[in-house]
Amino acid sequence: MIPDGVEDEEKWLAAGITGLQQNAFYMHRALDSNNVKDALKYSAQMLSELRTSRLSPHKYYELYMRAFDELRKLEMFFEEETRRGCSIIDLYELVQHAGNILPRLYLLCTVGSVYIKSKEAPAKDVLKDLVEMCRGIQNPVRGLFLRSYLSQISRDKLPDIGSEYEGDADTVVDAVEFVLQNFTEMNKLWVRMQHQGPAREKERREKERSELRDLVGKNLHVLSQIEGVDLDMYRDTVLPRVLEQVVNCKDELAQYYLMDCIIQVFPDEYHLQTLEILLGACPQLQPSVDIKTVLSRLMERLSNYAASSVEVLPEFLQVEAFAKLNSAIGKVIEAQVDMPIAGAVTLYSSLLTFTLHVHPDRLDYVDQILGACVKKLSGKGKLDDSKATKQIVALLSAPLEKYNDIETALKLTNYPHVMEHLDNGTNKVMAGVIIQSIIKSRICISTAEKVGALFELVKGLIKDLDENLHDELDEEDFNEEQNSVARLIQMLYNDDPEEMLKIICTVRKHILTGGPKRLPFTIPPLVFNSLKLVRRLQGQQENAAAEEVAPTPKKIFQLLNQTIEALSTVPVPELALRLYLQCAEAANDCDLEPVAYEFFTQAYILYEEEISDSRAQVTAIHLIIGTLQRMHVFGVENRDTLTHKATGYSAKLLKKPDQCRAVYACSHLFWIDDNDSVKDGERVLLCLKRALRIANAAQQMANATRGSSGSVMLFIEILNKYLYFFEKGNPEINVSAIQGLIELITTEMQSDSITPDPAADAFFASTLRYIQFQKQKGGAMGEKYEPIKV
Amino acid sequence: MVLVLAIGDLHIPHRALDLPPKFKSMLVPGKIQHIICTGNLCIKEVHDYLKSLCPSLHITQGEYDEDARYPETKTLVIGQFKLGLCHGHQIVPWGDLDSLAMLQRQLDVDILVSGHTHQFKAYKHEGGVVINPGSATGAYSSITYDVNPSFVLMDIDGLRVVVYVYELIDGEVKVDKIDFKKTATVATPSTH
Repeated sequence: MIPDGVEDEEKWLAAGITGLQQNAFYMHRALDSNNVKDALKYSAQMLSELRTSRLSPHKYYELYMRAFDELRKLEMFFEEETRRGCSIIDLYELVQHAGNILPRLYLLCTVGSVYIKSKEAPAKDVLKDLVEMCRGIQNPVRGLFLRSYLSQISRDKLPDIGSEYEGDADTVVDAVEFVLQNFTEMNKLWVRMQHQGPAREKERREKERSELRDLVGKNLHVLSQIEGVDLDMYRDTVLPRVLEQVVNCKDELAQYYLMDCIIQVFPDEYHLQTLEILLGACPQLQPSVDIKTVLSRLMERLSNYAASSVEVLPEFLQVEAFAKLNSAIGKVIEAQVDMPIAGAVTLYSSLLTFTLHVHPDRLDYVDQILGACVKKLSGKGKLDDSKATKQIVALLSAPLEKYNDIETALKLTNYPHVMEHLDNGTNKVMAGVIIQSIIKSRICISTAEKVGALFELVKGLIKDLDENLHDELDEEDFNEEQNSVARLIQMLYNDDPEEMLKIICTVRKHILTGGPKRLPFTIPPLVFNSLKLVRRLQGQQENAAAEEVAPTPKKIFQLLNQTIEALSTVPVPELALRLYLQCAEAANDCDLEPVAYEFFTQAYILYEEEISDSRAQVTAIHLIIGTLQRMHVFGVENRDTLTHKATGYSAKLLKKPDQCRAVYACSHLFWIDDNDSVKDGERVLLCLKRALRIANAAQQMANATRGSSGSVMLFIEILNKYLYFFEKGNPEINVSAIQGLIELITTEMQSDSITPDPAADAFFASTLRYIQFQKQKGGAMGEKYEPIKV
Repeated sequence: MVLVLAIGDLHIPHRALDLPPKFKSMLVPGKIQHIICTGNLCIKEVHDYLKSLCPSLHITQGEYDEDARYPETKTLVIGQFKLGLCHGHQIVPWGDLDSLAMLQRQLDVDILVSGHTHQFKAYKHEGGVVINPGSATGAYSSITYDVNPSFVLMDIDGLRVVVYVYELIDGEVKVDKIDFKKTATVATPSTH
């Protein structure tokens, strides 16, 4: 038996090599002096080293290779001998006198090789003799190497089609028969290794067996290389015989390796045509065989085959490949109840990839596979097996990548059911994958129904799936998630306003379930999409006899009002204010005065009650003034109310400079260039004067608190506003007022108590330059400016 | 020759998905020396994207920007030119050129870049130039109907600036250019 300790093995190997080399030396001497008798004697002694039981397969191989090389020289010698007139048949007989059977058989094979080459007997006869004689060696390791030797030297001498060894009595059938027999015997030896020795050494035995597996598999290789093995012979002879051995040997290691070998070694077209036979063997294998990996690899090969050329696709249909594979997988999963979920999903995934390559138009097949998956997952709730979830994500991503069009994926009824088995985190990841695929495809979703189905699918991002569990999600990740939902909303569109409104309503319904954290992200895109629709409707003729269901700007504004209201639950008053003002402007363009007024009211309420941060107030008031300035829909009363409030807010801002600027901005509310009915010169002047008072007050405050006057910047700004309205022709603004301001500023700037402000200096300088420029313009403008002295 | 990209009002993802692909393929890193952005990006992702095009990135606050730390106005010197940047929602009436000219005088700049209206404008007056690069994504605006995506590229060379405006009209990128020359600046003592 093989002793413990690698060092011992090394010793034995070294001893074996020495022995081998010594005898080889003498053998060479005999060859050189044409001494057949001695040559045989020493070669036999040399080959005796291969009789050892002390080496593991790995080490035995080293010894074997050396013997192999020496036997080549011997073979050459035998060939020369036959040319010199020695009878090959005599030689064949002579070598059988060797004392021990193993050397005898090696020599026999070597002579046999020459015998076949001599063509003195049909190749098939010699091969048959040799393959049967080798039965004499029943020790697995020695037997495997011996038969491997036989395989190696016979390789180029098989009576294949077109080979020189083909004859009337010698056909490819005989070649196949020879290889099959050798294969069968080798497999038996290989399997026998499993049962040798004590149970505790099982692991080591399996490792050793693994090292020898290629010796067995080589035979299948040889079979695949035989020219004469066409589809018919493969289907009728080769495959059934090989499978017979595979099934009957009842050995897990052999079955797994050989099934895989068959799949890898023989051409894909053969597999297609023999699918039923191949798959039929699967249930007959040992239950412990990892058949799902075998099947996956088969489907992978077939998928690649299908992808390689369009011409092969009809073949797949003809042999009903899908049905057979689907059925085989079903049976395997049914039979192996303990198969882990990840394994089952991998199988379905492979089948799905196969289907997408071979039958991309058969959505029903794809749905079927997803359905089978759902069935396997049913009752398992949300998976927490990360391997399985990874496989499911791969399974669900495959149709998205293939079809590049979410509408197709939406048709798969089982798709959402599979998603339900993902844990919340992975569900969101998958939803993200779906959204990315839509954005990449650049194809808009065009019906409310599809939008609804889509939002159901990605609901993991739309709302909290588990009421009680609140995801500890990184803020950045959450923002990214929600921004992708916002982007998704940009991908929903239909030319038909009625359908578009339905889409908007569907989206609204879904996003309102999102809760306060999500609304600031999802409501703005919805609002702007709605405003775009309003604008489209504006362009169309108002149909007085329109039906109840027809979308109108009014209806959309109602919807918008309710939608923006939802932001109060967050709350984000600043955002809501901006959105109300946007809607007001849109209502203005639609000539809907009450609607516009309502939006302004909402905005004002927010300003008064919710916006208390000073900086936010400043921005908000400028947005209010800017929007109000553009309103043409308001009648005098409404306009006055809103303007009055706006100026009131402006005057009440916290910081004096902010007050001043807001107030002079309000001056524009009383003068709209292209609207002669809003050109109230007096009120404009009142605003500007008020702004001046505030600027003065600011100066005094600075004096009181800091000792020096503040900057004259505000005065210069107001001066510019005076010039603005002067140019526009406001009769209340006269040259003396402007002159007065210029002098005031000049004085202030020259005063000692002023804080130097280069920015103010530059502004004043450029303002004076401007006045000069206007004077030099000539014409009406020049005349106007003429009296101003700088 | 200094290339300055003027861009803004993208409104991603509130009003637009992304820059038009034809624009995206034109804007490659390494070609532009400065980016001045009028604001309303609105999210960090867009900021990072612009930063990847050019590290010298200047942005002013738009009213929808997620990041509230951008300044209301900004001035910078590029070559012989002083540039001013402001989103524009602060200047009432919106889009009014005379009011914008006032801001230009206040900031004391040769070129004022401002946005908010989503409409491209290049307006020359005695004090300099006012440029509105429009909306790079063609985003919805309450002020302008039918917004075409646009941005501006300025080539500043000595006392001359060539303003290239890129507009996406009916799926095609159309380019127009306007020349501006300034008179040599009188040296004014200033602290920056």
